[in-house]
Amino acid sequence: MSKNQMSGAQILLKALADQGVDVVFGYPGGAVLPIYDEFFKQNKIRHILVRQEGGAVHAAEGYARSTGKVGVVLVTSGPGATNAVTGLLDAMMDSVPLVCICGQVPTHLIGNDAFQEADTTGITRPCTKHNYLVKNVDNLARRIHEAFYVAKSGRPGPVVIDFPKDVMMGHADYVPPAKVVHKSYKPQIKGDLAKIEQAVKIMAGAKKPLIYAGGGVINSGPGASQLLTQLVQATDFPCTLTLMGLGALAASDKHFLGMLGMHGTYEANMAMHDCDVMVCVGARFDDRVTGRLDAFSPDSVKIHIDIDPSSINKNVHVDLGIVGDVGHVLEDMIKLWKSGQKRADEKAMKSWWKTINKWRERKSLDYDRAAKNIKPQYAIERLYELTKKQNEVYITTEVGQHQMWAAQHFHFERPNRWMTSGGLGTMGYGLPAAMGVQLAHPKALVIDIAGEASILMNIQEMSTLVQYNLPVKVFILNNEYMGMVRQWQELLHGGRYAESHMQALPDFVKLAEAFGGVGLRAEKKEQLDDVIGEMIECDRPVIADICVDKLESCYPMIPSGAAHNEMIFGPEDETDDPVTEDGMVLV
Amino acid sequence: MTPISELQNTHTMSVLVDNEPGVLARVIGLFSGRGYNIESLTVAEIDVEENLSRITIVTSGTPMVIEQIKAQLERLVPIHGVNDLTIEGPHVERELALVKVLGVGEKRVEALRIADIFRARAVDSTNDSFIFEIVGDTGKLNAFIELMVPLGLIDVSRTGVAAIARGTVVMDHD
Repeated sequence: MSKNQMSGAQILLKALADQGVDVVFGYPGGAVLPIYDEFFKQNKIRHILVRQEGGAVHAAEGYARSTGKVGVVLVTSGPGATNAVTGLLDAMMDSVPLVCICGQVPTHLIGNDAFQEADTTGITRPCTKHNYLVKNVDNLARRIHEAFYVAKSGRPGPVVIDFPKDVMMGHADYVPPAKVVHKSYKPQIKGDLAKIEQAVKIMAGAKKPLIYAGGGVINSGPGASQLLTQLVQATDFPCTLTLMGLGALAASDKHFLGMLGMHGTYEANMAMHDCDVMVCVGARFDDRVTGRLDAFSPDSVKIHIDIDPSSINKNVHVDLGIVGDVGHVLEDMIKLWKSGQKRADEKAMKSWWKTINKWRERKSLDYDRAAKNIKPQYAIERLYELTKKQNEVYITTEVGQHQMWAAQHFHFERPNRWMTSGGLGTMGYGLPAAMGVQLAHPKALVIDIAGEASILMNIQEMSTLVQYNLPVKVFILNNEYMGMVRQWQELLHGGRYAESHMQALPDFVKLAEAFGGVGLRAEKKEQLDDVIGEMIECDRPVIADICVDKLESCYPMIPSGAAHNEMIFGPEDETDDPVTEDGMVLV
Repeated sequence: MTPISELQNTHTMSVLVDNEPGVLARVIGLFSGRGYNIESLTVAEIDVEENLSRITIVTSGTPMVIEQIKAQLERLVPIHGVNDLTIEGPHVERELALVKVLGVGEKRVEALRIADIFRARAVDSTNDSFIFEIVGDTGKLNAFIELMVPLGLIDVSRTGVAAIARGTVVMDHD
């Protein structure tokens, strides 16, 4: 053993530091003790002790999505790794760059059903972008650097490193990141210029164009959002954003039509249906967005820009697919548009905008403002109004009605400010994600907009918030139901609310206090502003329990199996079976 | 009439991969997880120095599904390149089968006669059995096996298809 050799655990810490990691979310256990011992001996990298491994992964997701950096997780073997699985798949579906280091039993015990052994690479294979089992300490540094490269290059995603305990304790020379070049994984970054030229030509000939942009713009970095804004303004094209793309174009931009899809705005969905040229930028034609496929935007020429070639022509056949990073492609596109002095037909554009403005007049996000109780939409609206002046506001959500209301009524001017579980729809995402965001942005106001059901799925992380003095605000829209389940039961199953009512719930004020945080409650409309004000002012973790209308449903809505132009706007539209048998099969 | 876009076609894909643990599981998992068909699959190391293996997969699907399969395979990190040989041009496909036939008298003579026509070799023989080794494309093997059924076929083992582009064309290395 040469003098320069380091232990596997030391190599890990050195490699993480060289990769610019400043925080790791984790939970110790038998198989990772040598790593924790190294953590103890250094102070470059901060370790955040979560209360369950699932929380660690979502926290790393929040950290990654609000910074654009790779989030790092450290868990032990067996149950530590399996608890991380949901978060890994969540990161996979939403393209979040993570590196998750899992302890493993020593190599000679692998396959023997040892204590806390799991086939981690087998279990995580379909829910990671890639995974490694490192059996030889000589390869360790290389694998770690490769993992970071894979996680953040191309379409980002989670990478697992399965790390047997004997490898942690073995010794080898360290290899710095600069010396590691990946042999096979080289995603295409620049788009094919001839295709971009063709796209610009199609766009210039459009009479009813629409830009439909998604999370790929956010993932490409803040520069891509600026380029999207430039393209929208240079072309004067209307633009809609997916759930994952909110913030890529400022909500206040006059070209913004709001979010599209199942709970999107009327104008966005009608424009999708009626447009003649659709430019999809870093979105993936998800089923929540397209509605009924055979009636999806029937008359449009479709252009699709995506870094992942498998996204193109997956759900919807497109006429022109451009593989590349959206930032790079948008840059070339804008250049070509401007240098060719392109311009869509003025008269046609005028009439298209007139049609769109007519759809806008439908005010599809409206609700009963005169109601005496707290409407959930009103609660979000007030939250937005009262936090607007704050410097830095970051919103995370759980999953369900509150998530959709937050997407509809909270407005984002910048990218990376909105963290939500879109693809997988993981209840329990928001609180730990907010924790990760707060760690990355200590001075910012970080709010988890939650439902009373979702919040209970990872409520244990309140304890972590208190330990590290992270003043995350949990804003619960409490309607005592799993609201989205209840809404679907109302719509599809004759109002038979099977198991969607929470017949026993904790007192969230006392619960916050029990954890060492602050609990607040608003039961009446006139209390709401004060509670929000108090919540913002508080420099400790807060749970604000907002008792909202119990039976409010989320509108507008494209019922499952319906097309974009078949939206329903409220209970009055539900009467004559809006959902077909085929639609009922869909989720 | 079924529209062209709905027609199922058989395609042979050649996939160059790093020869590392789990790579085959990754490919198979992709096919099962996304509901694609595998008609045959072969894998073996082809370059010891570079540590590369080639997987040849015969699959079927509509044109959209075939395009997806290729894109999904290319997305896997340890995969260097995917060639859809069916689309890319002329190529050679070969498969080997070991076919065991039990029989005596007339049937035994007939089996040998047909084997001769197909250029199958007897690689094992007892008083009442033969094992034939036959090499060819899938169609030839199917035809031979079919003819052996009435002559006492009791066991078949096939390698699946190995394929390579014809002429000077070199399949993708990256």
